[in-house]
Amino acid sequence: MANYSLSVNGKQHSVEVDPSTPLLWVLRDHLQLVGTKYGCGIAQCGSCTIHVENIAVRSCQYPVSLVGNQKITTIEGLSENGDHPVQKAWIEEDVAQCGYCQSGQIMQAAALLKSNPNPTDEDIESVMNGNICRCGTYTRIKKAIKSAAKAS
Amino acid sequence: MKTTTKKMDRRSFIRVSSLASGGLMLSFNWLTGCKFSTEEALKMPKEWFELNSYIKIGENGLTTLYSPNPEFGQNVKTSMPMLIAEELDIDWKQVIVEQADFFPDRFDRQFTGGSQGIRQGWIPLRTAGATARQMLVNAAAQTWEVDSAEITTLDGKIIHESSGKETSYGEMASLASTLEVPKDVQLKDPKDFKIIGHSKTNVENPAIVSGKPLFAIDHYVEGMLTAMIVHPPAFGMQLKSFDASSINNMPGIVDVFEINVFKDDYARNFFDTAAFPKLVAIVGNSTWEVLQAKKALKVDWEQQPESSFKMLGWGGGTSDVKIPTGLESTLDHNAKMAELSKKPAQLLRKDGDPEKAFKEAAKILERTYTAPFLAHNTMEPMNCFADVKSDSAVIYGPTQAPEFIRGTLANSLGMDAEKIQIKLARMGGGFGRRAYSHQMIEAALISQKVKTPVKLVYTREDDMTNGVYRPSYIATYRAALDKDNNLIGLHIKGGGVPEHAVHADRFPAGAIENYLAEGFQIESNITIGAFRAPRSNFIATAEQAFLDELAEVMGKDPIDFRLELLDKAIKNPVGERNDYDAERYAGVIKLVKEKSNWGDPSIKTPRGVAAYFCHNSYVAEVVDLDTSKGTPRVENVTAAVDCGIVVNPDAARNMGEGGIIDGIGNALFGELTFNNGAPTKNNFNNYRMIRQSETPKNIDIHFVENNYDPTGLGEPLFPPAFAALTNAMYKATGKRSYNQPLNKD
Repeated sequence: MANYSLSVNGKQHSVEVDPSTPLLWVLRDHLQLVGTKYGCGIAQCGSCTIHVENIAVRSCQYPVSLVGNQKITTIEGLSENGDHPVQKAWIEEDVAQCGYCQSGQIMQAAALLKSNPNPTDEDIESVMNGNICRCGTYTRIKKAIKSAAKAS
Repeated sequence: MKTTTKKMDRRSFIRVSSLASGGLMLSFNWLTGCKFSTEEALKMPKEWFELNSYIKIGENGLTTLYSPNPEFGQNVKTSMPMLIAEELDIDWKQVIVEQADFFPDRFDRQFTGGSQGIRQGWIPLRTAGATARQMLVNAAAQTWEVDSAEITTLDGKIIHESSGKETSYGEMASLASTLEVPKDVQLKDPKDFKIIGHSKTNVENPAIVSGKPLFAIDHYVEGMLTAMIVHPPAFGMQLKSFDASSINNMPGIVDVFEINVFKDDYARNFFDTAAFPKLVAIVGNSTWEVLQAKKALKVDWEQQPESSFKMLGWGGGTSDVKIPTGLESTLDHNAKMAELSKKPAQLLRKDGDPEKAFKEAAKILERTYTAPFLAHNTMEPMNCFADVKSDSAVIYGPTQAPEFIRGTLANSLGMDAEKIQIKLARMGGGFGRRAYSHQMIEAALISQKVKTPVKLVYTREDDMTNGVYRPSYIATYRAALDKDNNLIGLHIKGGGVPEHAVHADRFPAGAIENYLAEGFQIESNITIGAFRAPRSNFIATAEQAFLDELAEVMGKDPIDFRLELLDKAIKNPVGERNDYDAERYAGVIKLVKEKSNWGDPSIKTPRGVAAYFCHNSYVAEVVDLDTSKGTPRVENVTAAVDCGIVVNPDAARNMGEGGIIDGIGNALFGELTFNNGAPTKNNFNNYRMIRQSETPKNIDIHFVENNYDPTGLGEPLFPPAFAALTNAMYKATGKRSYNQPLNKD
């Protein structure tokens, strides 16, 4: 067990956990930030995608001991009022079915648009390929990313 | 279409104060009219007045509608309340939707499966809305001392035109809730619909996009513990013993013990399927700590002898279900299926004289199709929250079938069913898997043992290897042609582990004079169950790929050939048990032909067509492939759907797109194999799922416009996608595929 001070969504949190604990479980179990989802535990599905600084990472494979002073953003902190352009586009295109994978999809898409504000179809396909949607909302996800790119 | 008069069952109006006050509600509330939380939220009322099980109205007019059925992404939480709101005649912006708990005294059929939610809710939910509307009208009539027949309503307003009087639902709700429930109410004529047929976005969107705790796996209460299970590594194995001391001292571990999901003498129901009823449970303070203990636990397994359990029959009584012993492998399954395909099987249907037709045939086309087991792989793994006390229990879990699990829960816990409260969580996918709710019993037994609220979570590996899978199938199709290339007989023989997929009374039965359908089953200890469009999800491909090849052999266009067969089924059907409407079937094929520009010589891309009828809806699909980059990729899918009245058009398209993408994904990659009883795949690194870059670039879904009562959409678009893709792949590669998955790694 060790003590960690984490900056999550602009707030400082203190947790005492084993250093090997993935950020996913620190967020979900210790900070009750459950918008970040568990899907596979092996960085294959993208449900647990968060931002460390501005980079999209799979929190299920990111041990808490590696975080240090880096700023963490989860879906709960992507925008104050749920009105980030990607979130707005997701509502406008009515993307979700079950909704379980969508916070990971949105976090991945937001990171994509930050580094590449006008992605091509191929850019979207290659970056979003790590996020599985079992319901098959992929065509709407792509459409929403394009409309968010236009809006921002 | 006539206006329908319906009677509201008195049972639906039992008042339960804790529900009316919202005391039993756990789910997150969002105002449907509220797009973003920055917009000014509607003011909550000071008091709610319950008009019936589905509706309560606040004094300020805000209206809560309860969505009765479990939501797993099919969007019933939006579309079912739309049915109520339509007849209540309320402004959708004034509506809040809440998920109802499992409450059999208040709601009928709280079950998600078979694409039946909208179809079976169509009349009852509208009747609930119309009944409440009539009570509000009667309240105004009483207040104004006028005849209620002179009163009209408009979007939550109550109007008496001749006197110029006007009031609102909010103002009348208090009085209305005390009035007698009207016996007969008028339902609207479809031409007057203002909400039904007009797209409404998912009421849960704001919560989904901002990561609110919507799912059972997100549930948290103070002092709650986390639990995981350890199950045998292979089907045919069972728990022998475990060494608790191997993990007892690990950090955060509270307890480790054995649980038995079912009591020995319990007669199970149809949905009481559990791969491994005897499990080791590990309970601890946090997920990561329990996961470490799960890896470290020393367990001995042993081979399971032949056993049996009691099962309730549909019509009453019980039977013994045998579980064979042995460690099964896919190679053995496939060999056995091939062997039995060559032997006579159980007769399912016979028309005319098929033996004679095949004896006299000038040409026989015979093809055999196979498909593997499939895992459901819902994105939210199996999980459940349970808080079991000595004389009561609260179970908050993802389940499609609460009505089927409560009795079993009661038996396993040794508690009266009435003392068990089941709250319905939004599900992170279901696809049939969550009709089997053994994990709810597991969570409940664990909570009962540790006397603490517990959240049971399966790892992805647990979820994939402790499944209730889609069976593995085989089907052989034979066609008899005379010397002029006329189809004179058809023979279908289907088999599977452990069940076959033949729907003997479906098309093309009814269109062929000499017809024979047979089926065989191979016993197995691998647990199987409903998977999106059960049986249809295989047999549609076998049938539609065979018809495609047959059309080619006969020198006919595949669409013309299907329409010819359906024409025969319309004008002069063979047999009396045909379970489809041949005209509606032909209707979707004609529509897809038109919308896809089928036959247009300027279209050079490889394309395939398929049509299928299941779960009361008719679907035809055309798949176009792009082969410009080597590996074929689906470019376009054009679908034509007849599901009667479309309640929520954009959501219906979303559901259809999902079904098509899921069909393409499973056709290309879906496969679970077994080696000595053990699933050979256990996570998304080895079980391939369709991803963004493999998805069709464009999907166009066209609905047949008619006034038939609505039927479902969750399943019907799924089966024909496998088949249309299979037929298109042939056009791309010149080689027919008979075995799924099409894209063998």
